[in-house]
Amino acid sequence: MATIVAEPTGVPVVEEHHEMSFIRKYIFSSDHKVIGIQFLFLSLFFLLMGGLLAMLMRWQLAWPGRPMPFGGLFPETMAPDGIMLPEFYISLVTMHGTFMVFFAIMLLLVGVFANYLIPLQIGAPDMAFPRLNMLSFWTAVPAGLIALASFAVEGGAAGAGWTSYAPLSAMPEYSGVSMGQQMWIVSLVLLGLSSILGSTNYITTVINMRAPGMTWMRMPLTVWALFVTAILGLLAMPVLSGGLIMLLFDQTIGTHFFLAETGGQPLLWQHLFWFFGHPEVYILILPAMGFVSEILAVGSRKPVFGYKAMVGAIVAIAVLGFMVWGHHMFQSGMNPLLGTSFMVSTLVIAVPSAIKTFNWMGTMWRGNLHFHTPMLFAIGFVMLFVIGGLSGIFMASAPFDIFIHDTYFIVAHIHYVLFGGALFAIFAAIYYWFPKMFGRMMNDRWGKIHFALTFIFFNLVFFPMHTQGLAGMMRRLYDTSGYTHTADLQGTHLLITISAFALFATGAIFAINFFWSMFKGEKAPPNPWNATSLEWQTPSPPRHGNWEQAPVVYHGPHEYSHPDVTDKDWLAQNERPDVVSPARH
Amino acid sequence: MNWSLPENIATYGGKIDAIFWVITVVTGIAFVLVEVGIIWFCIKYRRREGQRAFYTHGSKSLEILWTAVPALAMVALGLYSASVWAQIKGRNSAPSESLHIAVSAKQFEWNVTYAGADEVLGTSDDFSTRNQLHFPAHRPILVWLESEDVLHSFFIPQLRVKQDAVPGMTIPVWFEATKAGDYQIGCAELCGLGHYRMRARVKIYEPAAYEVWVEEQIAAREASAEPTALATVNEHSAGGM
Repeated sequence: MATIVAEPTGVPVVEEHHEMSFIRKYIFSSDHKVIGIQFLFLSLFFLLMGGLLAMLMRWQLAWPGRPMPFGGLFPETMAPDGIMLPEFYISLVTMHGTFMVFFAIMLLLVGVFANYLIPLQIGAPDMAFPRLNMLSFWTAVPAGLIALASFAVEGGAAGAGWTSYAPLSAMPEYSGVSMGQQMWIVSLVLLGLSSILGSTNYITTVINMRAPGMTWMRMPLTVWALFVTAILGLLAMPVLSGGLIMLLFDQTIGTHFFLAETGGQPLLWQHLFWFFGHPEVYILILPAMGFVSEILAVGSRKPVFGYKAMVGAIVAIAVLGFMVWGHHMFQSGMNPLLGTSFMVSTLVIAVPSAIKTFNWMGTMWRGNLHFHTPMLFAIGFVMLFVIGGLSGIFMASAPFDIFIHDTYFIVAHIHYVLFGGALFAIFAAIYYWFPKMFGRMMNDRWGKIHFALTFIFFNLVFFPMHTQGLAGMMRRLYDTSGYTHTADLQGTHLLITISAFALFATGAIFAINFFWSMFKGEKAPPNPWNATSLEWQTPSPPRHGNWEQAPVVYHGPHEYSHPDVTDKDWLAQNERPDVVSPARH
Repeated sequence: MNWSLPENIATYGGKIDAIFWVITVVTGIAFVLVEVGIIWFCIKYRRREGQRAFYTHGSKSLEILWTAVPALAMVALGLYSASVWAQIKGRNSAPSESLHIAVSAKQFEWNVTYAGADEVLGTSDDFSTRNQLHFPAHRPILVWLESEDVLHSFFIPQLRVKQDAVPGMTIPVWFEATKAGDYQIGCAELCGLGHYRMRARVKIYEPAAYEVWVEEQIAAREASAEPTALATVNEHSAGGM
């Protein structure tokens, strides 16, 4: 057991500890690095699960009513004779969204990287509350297992969409799902607890445990993004938990918060869900933006362009993110005047994202660009996130949203920001920080192949969905053949499905590289990327407690190609106190 | 790949489509500038022996420029959109000469009630159809939308009309068709396992022909109300086409 002692200088030092058992070291560990890696395995597993569900959905859309390969493995309640039932399709839609949003992307961005990076990047030996951190991981695990297990109960898994609108979600007589919907709620309440515990830790650690000299404006943008994200989570998650419990009560103990038949208001669910849900989607993008800012700077050998503006934009997105939730409800039947006010705030929030995009381009401009795998995925993020952001402008206009709401245009937008955006940034981050985590490099050539194929197939899958939406194709349809306005789309369904299968298969390249490299990859030096931030100024992987002694910080986080440093093109945050930075040039 | 909307047969559809095309052009320009810019930078600034990056922390004037320009664009879009929104979805935006029709959604069908000869809903000459919506072109139609069970959404793509149906609420939604023809209602809010087949036939008539249809419907119901009815009313269709 290691203890952290405050020295008279205020610089924390880790005392020597005795050997811990395998279980204390790797299973029930309070070391933030181990916990981050545990989240990595958990979340990559759910990324695979979410992807499998999507493959099943895509089969049905391309070949409606046709028996699936290995369809005989499915029970009668899901796919009699291997032909998917509509109710199973809807559970797939619901759980694909649930797994991907809550158990894959959120855990990958926050559970993995907030845990792994925050103490390392601010020069701290661990989180403020290491045991609370352990609890945060071990509540996420049962949450995920309950969600998985819900497929096996009578009535199947939840079937009201990942947004779980009431009254459908509250009433088994309308949805056909009873236990599965309740398990969905319990799973998310547990996950919310995990997230809130995590947020508490991240916020406290960043405020209180920065190493000497690590001022707020010297923190890497990754830390800023994760810090602000943690605040979003702390404020938004409890609203979801509250709403979920109200929904559970409506289902089980006879309350009627959302049930019109007994005097409740279905729109209340939507307000509660989206008051959480909109900050949630910023939780799902801000850390990604932080990673990309950092990796672009490293790869371009230049400071981040407009660091202060970037911090301002992160904060603006977070604050405004609490004021736009009604744009999910323009056509809901709420007072049209609310439509107007939410439209205004939604259009405003487009501006900070635009600012960030231009600053990313500014970071690359006149750089000395190194196209290793993390840099490729970071550039890919900017190219694809832009498309997702621009498509959002169409929906921000409430009158155009009349047509486009609940069509595949929205599905396209969601996937450009969550996959083209968040997941590309996650891949960048994994390739980038893998050497620090495991002491070995991932194979760069296979990484580049993974990037190229993912980029190509991703666009083939999701770009056509914009046009399907513009044709008026609605969401969550088991079969589109009954509508004249979607009659021409079967060819597009086929193109998307084949590309989706190819995209899924491409994931194998990543998976093999990931696991093989963990054991057989080229040994990694402390700083394979010649990066300036503190985590690279300690061995790969770092010792328990991260540093012998806390580092002292003299410079900003992205001092690349400093004119007064001529022997190399980077200046670590904790070296050369004699150099003035930022340089006055 | 077709970047366009379905045929527009709504009087206010032109305004909605205009917003679409303006946004397409503006975002299209932004898209090209950003993507081409990034690819250009990748080519021009790729690492070269002896090359060093240009050390800078940014530019205040550029920050102001690329904050102000998007902000102005958003303000302009917001002002125009707010005006169109009020005209279409405003609480009292339906024209006073509208023909009132009640539409009640339920799993998985659309039940339509017409006002009959007196053009007032809720009177004894009202009549209903299931999964069929009949109305005249060239006249505003005001639908009073309800749901019997869960959320549904009333969507006719060519009329650019969409409104969620909420149990416990009666929501007005209006539109006016510029021509006659055959279309469909599609449900645009997940409502259960039959969501994908919750469609109804929409038949839009020339005004004179609509009068004839109304009279036929009333006559048929009067006839079937007689104990020795000769005519049977086939007001049911199979769910959709």
